[in-house]
Amino acid sequence: MNISKLNVKTASLAALSAVALLLGGCSDNDHTSSTAITPPAVTPTMQDYTINITNLTANQPMSPIAVVTHAADSVLWSSGQSASLALETLAESGDASGLTDETGVTDLINGAGILMPGASEAISLSLDSTSVANLSVLTMLVNTNDAFTGFSGYDLSELAIGESQVFRVIAYDAGTEANDEAKGTIPGPADGGEGFNAARNDTNKVHAHPGVISSDDGLSDSVLNASHRFDNPVLLIKISRTE
Amino acid sequence: MKLNPITKLLILGSIITLPATAAEIEISITNLTHGNHFTPLLVAAHDADSHLFQVGEMASSALQKMAEGGDIGDLDSAVIATNGVTVANPAAGLLAPSAKVEGIMLDTGDMTHLSIVAMVLPTNDAFVGLDAWQLPTEPGSYTFTLNAYDAGTEANDEVVNGGGMSGVAGIPAAPGGDGGMNATGVMDMSSNDKVHIHPGVLGDTDLQGGMSDLDSRVHRWLNPVARVTVTVK
Repeated sequence: MNISKLNVKTASLAALSAVALLLGGCSDNDHTSSTAITPPAVTPTMQDYTINITNLTANQPMSPIAVVTHAADSVLWSSGQSASLALETLAESGDASGLTDETGVTDLINGAGILMPGASEAISLSLDSTSVANLSVLTMLVNTNDAFTGFSGYDLSELAIGESQVFRVIAYDAGTEANDEAKGTIPGPADGGEGFNAARNDTNKVHAHPGVISSDDGLSDSVLNASHRFDNPVLLIKISRTE
Repeated sequence: MKLNPITKLLILGSIITLPATAAEIEISITNLTHGNHFTPLLVAAHDADSHLFQVGEMASSALQKMAEGGDIGDLDSAVIATNGVTVANPAAGLLAPSAKVEGIMLDTGDMTHLSIVAMVLPTNDAFVGLDAWQLPTEPGSYTFTLNAYDAGTEANDEVVNGGGMSGVAGIPAAPGGDGGMNATGVMDMSSNDKVHIHPGVLGDTDLQGGMSDLDSRVHRWLNPVARVTVTVK
């Protein structure tokens, strides 16, 4: 069900005016000089969120979910651009820890462990109201060479108490490792092979994942079978603001 | 410009006080697949707490009957039992690939959410689904697409053997007359027993044998598999 598209459309009408206001407000940042500006005193309060995540695939366990808070202008990946080393590591091995070193990243919260197909998990997030930031969620489809999913850069300030936002997200290909599905190249249970490898032998641009082939579908030396194939969306993410 | 009527309605809506719930809706459903039929559709308006299915949850036995055999009877009864309203089988049978069923009228009364399901055939337990979409109160035309789900109740062996009863392996039929025979069966290694996004069928090109009785040139799909337009009067 691709209703999120519709929501975006209807919401965008209302958002247009908000965007206009934000753009106006942003001009302050353009001429930030050495002059110290005293920020107005704000009493910090906590803003609480719950992030519910469901693995929608048939047989692609997801690496521990990475929930990342970061500055509005930091982007963890962008389609058509090269993956950062941190993203490459996540997409090839499932290890999200490198994301903490990315510019503007303030916090990384990991899920409890591997999120199995059909399984759901709730991750809590509590942010100081003075530092409410953008949110990204990332995870690897572990029975692949370098597929990952998630979203990048959701503005948490859009969410009022009691509101929620649902994302149904597609699989991306980090473009850093050839999708040969060969023995020894896939870290998930289908293979138990290698995770990260610094060599980049694919398109070197992040793009929508074309899907896996599998040995059942004629790629004779693939360690994957029909059940590892997937269609979009692969992950359901619901962000709810509780406080 | 297409948006004009909607824009007008939006403007009108800001002047006229609208009723809290929608009463009359009109629905059209298009089968977007290349070579798969939809079995009889169930269109249901229900309250905020009801679901015909939910991703990440086990299928009900009523949903299993629909997904494995196309039987919407139990789902229909379940909705009516909770004061919902339904249109059962609006296409009067199968909805063929590229076919569209229009003019499905539903008086939603106090019901606030809309669900739609039908089995995707030929498959083991795939279905097209809309899970509890909140009906807009703003009059207008709303178009969106639906994905194909796997009920998680039957292994996707892709053998066409007439098996349509719940718990019976196999595919009931290939209504396009384009299925194969004598397949050895696909080994489905997925252990996901929850409702999830269907990985798609495998198929093969050997209609007299091979692993699958489905034709990979005919029966594959990618999401979305249906387009729905809901007109709120």
